[in-house]
Amino acid sequence: MAKVPVQFSLNGSEKAEFVDSGATLLAVLRGKAGDTSPKGGCHQGTCGACSVIIDGELRLSCLTLAETCDGAEITTTAGLAEAGVLHPLQRAFMDGFAAQCGFCTPGMLMAAKALLDRTPNPTREDVVEAISGNVCRCTGYEPIIQAILAAARANSHNAA
Amino acid sequence: MPLTLQTFSTVADAGAALKTSGTRYLGGGTLAVRAANEGDLSFSTLVRATDPALAAIAVEGARATIGAGVTMAAVAAHPDLAAIGKAARAVGGPAVRNQATVGGNLFAASPYGDFTVALLALDATVHAGGGAVPVEEFLAGRDGFTGIVTAVSFAMPRDGAFRFLKVSRVKPKGVSVLSIAAAVEEDGDGRVSAARIGLGCMADRPIRAKAAEKALVGNRLTADGIAAALAVAGEGTTPPTDSVASAWYRAEVLPVHLKRLLLAR
Repeated sequence: MAKVPVQFSLNGSEKAEFVDSGATLLAVLRGKAGDTSPKGGCHQGTCGACSVIIDGELRLSCLTLAETCDGAEITTTAGLAEAGVLHPLQRAFMDGFAAQCGFCTPGMLMAAKALLDRTPNPTREDVVEAISGNVCRCTGYEPIIQAILAAARANSHNAA
Repeated sequence: MPLTLQTFSTVADAGAALKTSGTRYLGGGTLAVRAANEGDLSFSTLVRATDPALAAIAVEGARATIGAGVTMAAVAAHPDLAAIGKAARAVGGPAVRNQATVGGNLFAASPYGDFTVALLALDATVHAGGGAVPVEEFLAGRDGFTGIVTAVSFAMPRDGAFRFLKVSRVKPKGVSVLSIAAAVEEDGDGRVSAARIGLGCMADRPIRAKAAEKALVGNRLTADGIAAALAVAGEGTTPPTDSVASAWYRAEVLPVHLKRLLLAR
C-alpha cells in the first residue's frame, strides 16, 4: 500500500508522518501522532466526537483525509492545557460537572473553543448552535452549555 | 481497501482522471469519505481539483454564481446571500458546514440535500463541463453524471419571495424529517402569480411539488387560499422510511409544515 508524506503542526509542534494513502486525519492523529484526544464515534459525521480545529476552523477528522492537511495547523483537545495548566474551558467543564463518560467531551471542547475564539461573549443561542454538531448521551447538554457560558464569563473577567 | 487521493490544479485534469473506473470526486468529504468509512467498494481513488474558481462567490446585479467548492459556512456568512444562507445554515452542524460543499450537496441522497432543495425552488442552474442545465434536470440525471460540477447560479429572489424551513427531531439541528423551500411571486393584488416549491426527503432526492405550485397560482397566501395546494402537496412524492422518520409520517406532516411555511410572514 502506498505511503504518503504529510507534514503538519499539531498543537504547536511540527509533525511529519508517512501515512497510508486515503487514511483519515482521525486515524493518523490517534494511530500515528499519538494523540488520542479526538474520538472515533460514528465515523459518518453525525456525532462530532472527532472534532478538531484545522487552520482555525472546526472540522470533523473522521471525514478529513490526512493528506489534505499537509502544511496545516491542527489543534486538538490534548493541546488545550498549557504546561499542565488547564484551559479555562477545561476548568469550567470540571467545575460544572459537564463531563460524565467523557466521550463527547473532547469534541465539545473543540466546538466551544472554536466558538469562543470567534465570539468571546456568546449568547446561550450561540452556544447551543456551536455544539449542535456534537452528540452527548450522558449530561442532557445543560451542564455543557452552562460550562461554556461560565468559561466565556471568566475570560471576559480576566480580559477586563 | 486502500484508497488513493489524486489532486489536480485544474478541473479539466481532474475530469480526465474521473474517466477511469473506480474513481469518485472528493468535495468536502461529508459524502465521499463517509462512504469510504462505511466500506463502499465502488471506488478506490478519490479525485479533487484545487482550482480557486471552485471556491468563488460572485453576486452581479440580480444573479448569484457560487462555485461548487464553496462551503455551507461560506454561503451562510456571505452578506449578499442572506436568502439562501438560511438553507446553508440548516445543513449539519458547524463542523460539517466548514467542509460540506454546494456541489457535493447536489449529490446527497435523502434525508440529506437540504441546500439543493433551496436551489430547486430558486430554479438554479448547474454548471459543468462548459455547459449549464436547470437543477431539476441535473437531479433527474445525477446518477449517471461522471463530470465535475463547477458552479451553481440563480437569480436572487426579491425580499420576502423566498422561504425555507427544515424539520428535524433534534433541535436546533439534526438530519431532516423533511425540508421545504418556496419561491413565491405575488402580483399587485396580493395573489400568487408564480410559485416554485422544493421538497426534501419526499423522494430519494429533492423534488418539486408541482401540483401544489399549480394550486397556489391565482390564490392569496391565506388559510383558505392555500387549502387547495395543501390538499395536493403530497402528489408525486415517494418519501423514504429511514432512521429519522417513516414514509407515513413524512406524508402526514408535509401539508402541516407547508401550511406553516406559506402562512408565515
